[in-house]
Amino acid sequence: MKSGPGSHGIRRADHVAIAQFINKGELVLDVGCGDGQLMELLQSERGARTRGLEVEQAGVNRCVAKGLAVVQGNADADLPVYPDDAYDVAILSKTIQELARPKFVLDELSRIARRVIVSFRNYGHWRVRTTLMTTGRIPSLGQDTGWWSDGARRPCTARDMAELAAKAGLQIAAATAVNGKPVTGKSLTRLNWTAEDLVFVLERKKP
Amino acid sequence: MLAPARTLSGADGLKHLSVATPDQPLELDSGRTLDHVEIAYETWGTLNADKSNVVVVCHALTMDQFAASPNPVTNRPAWWPNVIGPGKAIDTDRFFVICSNILGGCMGSTGPSSRRPDGTHWGTDFPVITIADMVRAQIALLDKLGIQDVFLAIGGSIGGMQVLEWTIQARNRVFAAIPIAVAPRQSAQNIGFYEVGRQAIMADPNWRSGRYLDEGTRPDRGLAVARMAAHITYVSEASLKQKFDRRLQDRQSKTFGFDADFQIESYLRHQGQVFVDRFDANSYLYITRAMDYFDLATEHEGVLANAFRGLDTRFCVFSFSSDWHYTPEEARDLVRALNAAGCETSYVTIETDKGHDAFLLDEPEYEAALFGFIDAAAQARGLPKAQETPKANS
Repeated sequence: MKSGPGSHGIRRADHVAIAQFINKGELVLDVGCGDGQLMELLQSERGARTRGLEVEQAGVNRCVAKGLAVVQGNADADLPVYPDDAYDVAILSKTIQELARPKFVLDELSRIARRVIVSFRNYGHWRVRTTLMTTGRIPSLGQDTGWWSDGARRPCTARDMAELAAKAGLQIAAATAVNGKPVTGKSLTRLNWTAEDLVFVLERKKP
Repeated sequence: MLAPARTLSGADGLKHLSVATPDQPLELDSGRTLDHVEIAYETWGTLNADKSNVVVVCHALTMDQFAASPNPVTNRPAWWPNVIGPGKAIDTDRFFVICSNILGGCMGSTGPSSRRPDGTHWGTDFPVITIADMVRAQIALLDKLGIQDVFLAIGGSIGGMQVLEWTIQARNRVFAAIPIAVAPRQSAQNIGFYEVGRQAIMADPNWRSGRYLDEGTRPDRGLAVARMAAHITYVSEASLKQKFDRRLQDRQSKTFGFDADFQIESYLRHQGQVFVDRFDANSYLYITRAMDYFDLATEHEGVLANAFRGLDTRFCVFSFSSDWHYTPEEARDLVRALNAAGCETSYVTIETDKGHDAFLLDEPEYEAALFGFIDAAAQARGLPKAQETPKANS
């Protein structure tokens, strides 16, 4: 199965990649949960307890109609009310590159949850690099249209994401290419070349 | 016109239970007590063996306990037939549904239109009550019925205030709660509108300082004006424009007088007139006062989240985009507090131009979300799942 946004069906490949890091009974906050596909997967296949936050009301209403616990809200603004350590895991599934304030959101999530799982498009992939070098243009990945599109995502690489995590006081506990095998943070160079879509499991740095 | 409001006679025959006696009086927030309290109620569906399928429906200001069947006193139809019934979100094939007339009301429960032991009517000697007092009486009613746990508490507007109070007072005895079109505190704007209504009632010469029942008069004009003012807040500018705009009522041109030239005037006058036949003016004073006093944060050290901290109840809050009586922004304040308290919370806003009253109307997305939340809660509670997809409104 091809990874990334082009895949169809109930189980999105990046959701499956995220799910492997979720343990039974854990309380999970899915930030930008859309219509709740990942939450359903985590409940049914991982036995997790899930909550969602979604900015689009239509997605929220669909989630609630499916019996999922979701609130309409804006990750860029609504997270400060959540108490410390309220969740075992917070997930940003293809969300962080859409946010207005990614660092703020990651800071907040690292306070609210003991682990933060981030899935994102890796613009460090060799095809992106070679396309940029040979054509002088930022290539689009998957369904991307022009860089000027509404809500266009922030192009960042695995190394860029690692930098943000460090600034948020987090370390990479595990990393994996979607459809790949998890590796430790030391293999970041290879992942940054080879993975189009990445999942990082971030934990607070030990003091 | 001089007979007592007809809701008062006839309501005595409705199903009711005594929830307070001189031995066990109802203690009120005001510090006063009530020695005799009757609560009138109606039920639908069947209580299951372990009494785990109880749904408490809390009614709004001018409603009554006849949420899912016609009111035999007023002959008005059920007020929530699209939500309660076989196969509906509140499925009477699965749940035991109870709705009681609120304390201070006028459909068989004790209120200012009730008689005291000496035979006179309470009138404005009735103690001022709060939303918490109303819920105290409801909890006492369920105790009398031998019911300890509530699967779901649900209600809109002042009914939503009661739902929030239920979760706090009947701590962790409420499995799921759905407060609809409500705020965690009454806004200054709402207090203002209801004060206009109260002043209209009290300015009616037939009000007689609240003793109109003993004196055989009826402050119908004042009560009708109160209803007219409030009714405007239950709809939206968009819906008024669509329904009436500036169209004239049965005439070609303005009369240069004070008749109901405009359709909106005629409509509001009609709303006022039909209201006085089914509602008691003093009940209107007491219930709106209870709403004014509602402010959960103030009762919890000024921090709204403190009201809900540690609750196991799962919440689903509903608001309506064009509701300016209880706005989506106020609902979000409630949701933020529930999240801050760590409660399992969902929040749905329905896009509609129908204003506050949308919570009573057919909105497919609203009914689908209600159905989904309630069905998931039922499964989590170990109650039977819905048999089929939600039935369309007949």
